[in-house]
Amino acid sequence: MTPRRKRLWTLIAVLAGLGLTALFVSKAFEKNLNYFYPPSEVASGKAPSGTPIRVGGMVSKGSVVRAQGSLEVQFVITDFAKDVTVKYTGLLPDLFREGQGIIAHGELKDGIFMADEVLAKHDEKYMPPEIAKTLKRQPDGTPADGSAPAGAVTR
Amino acid sequence: MSAFFAMGGYAGYVWSSYGLAAAILIWNIWSALAAHQVARAAAQRALARSASTGPSAS
Amino acid sequence: MGTWTWFHKLSSPPHCYRIAGQLIPWFAIPAALLIVAGIYGGLVRAPADYQQGDAFRIIYVHAPAAWLSLMCYTVMAVAAAVGLVWRIKLAHALAAATAPIGASFALLCLATGSIWGKPMWGTWWTWDARLTSQLILLFLYLGYQALRSAYDDIGKADRASAVLAIVGVVNVPIIHFSVNWWNSLHQGSTVLRRGGPAMPASMLVPLILCFFGFTFLYAALACVRVRAEVLRRERNAHWLQDLAGRRGRTESAT
Repeated sequence: MTPRRKRLWTLIAVLAGLGLTALFVSKAFEKNLNYFYPPSEVASGKAPSGTPIRVGGMVSKGSVVRAQGSLEVQFVITDFAKDVTVKYTGLLPDLFREGQGIIAHGELKDGIFMADEVLAKHDEKYMPPEIAKTLKRQPDGTPADGSAPAGAVTR
Repeated sequence: MSAFFAMGGYAGYVWSSYGLAAAILIWNIWSALAAHQVARAAAQRALARSASTGPSAS
Repeated sequence: MGTWTWFHKLSSPPHCYRIAGQLIPWFAIPAALLIVAGIYGGLVRAPADYQQGDAFRIIYVHAPAAWLSLMCYTVMAVAAAVGLVWRIKLAHALAAATAPIGASFALLCLATGSIWGKPMWGTWWTWDARLTSQLILLFLYLGYQALRSAYDDIGKADRASAVLAIVGVVNVPIIHFSVNWWNSLHQGSTVLRRGGPAMPASMLVPLILCFFGFTFLYAALACVRVRAEVLRRERNAHWLQDLAGRRGRTESAT
């Protein structure tokens, strides 16, 4: 084996080892790498209770209830399998609206998620307002290409 | 025109992003040219030194 | 046979220095045209987004910066590996030339992402997988630069920093796929997406122009910086005398 060949194989071995290590480490820390839990994992008990967590899902249409004279707001987020009711007091991000994905940080208390922070999760789709309006005119409210509604949080 | 600069209320965010981008592009061009100038001047100095001490250096 | 001799010639410092010099305008001019056209398209011609309004225009500097930071790291790691295995000085020179460019675009990506995140997500920063791995990329670049500057001997700096560059390359696929592998706040890829780009042509074309413009800019910058790195490694070589304009020759090599 020439020294050059030896160096090449050493390099390949090092890269393979690194890749495997990265894979194992990411498997071990999967819980921390996931930024939020979808509502079904909260419902099935996969998400820890008694400690602050993040839940993410789509804000159900017509579920947003704002308290008069305060910043208190209550809404339901869904992953189209299970729902979680969220209560929050504070300013909401610009992208917060019904039908959009959001991520709330807080704790589950008596079946209601008491949030101390609400972030908007944007999806990867971009379009001009005119096209969005045309899509809205579809009777079932889903985009013409049959994909999930904008803002749906998918895995 | 003023609507263009207002960026629908996001002027501060949009223009600071583009300002940063311009700064990074200019820094890249300036620092690359400067690195070449510095290396060139150093090489020339080394050459002048080796010329004064004789042609053995190369 | 022809390509091999050409390649062999390129790997000789004087040829590399000359060819890199000749290539600069071929990269710099398209870069300038593409970036100006892309930014004009993105700021003026593209319609506002239906959700994000005009704030979405930050994507025209954010996404190409992100792409360049990843591409630069890949180029750097591959060049460092070639330099280590085949002992090619020029490969090390390319790796060293690429690092500061990549670092600056990693920083631009993080800064513009933060500026976009505040009005859209509602936060400047959060520790989700994409943001954290991109921050690690910036630290890898900075570590690479710091490691290089710790050595006086260029050869030693080349070999030590090459190991760091190669080790860090595992982070590149992690950054790209973090939004698919884990739940994250950051959205998935718009352009490189199953089912095609999720953007109409009026928004997509300026973005593609910016991607190519930034890439050409990298090539032009790398040419300039590679020449500087070659000079640093060849300080006493006799071919530099032609450069210095001795023996009555004018600057034919530049």
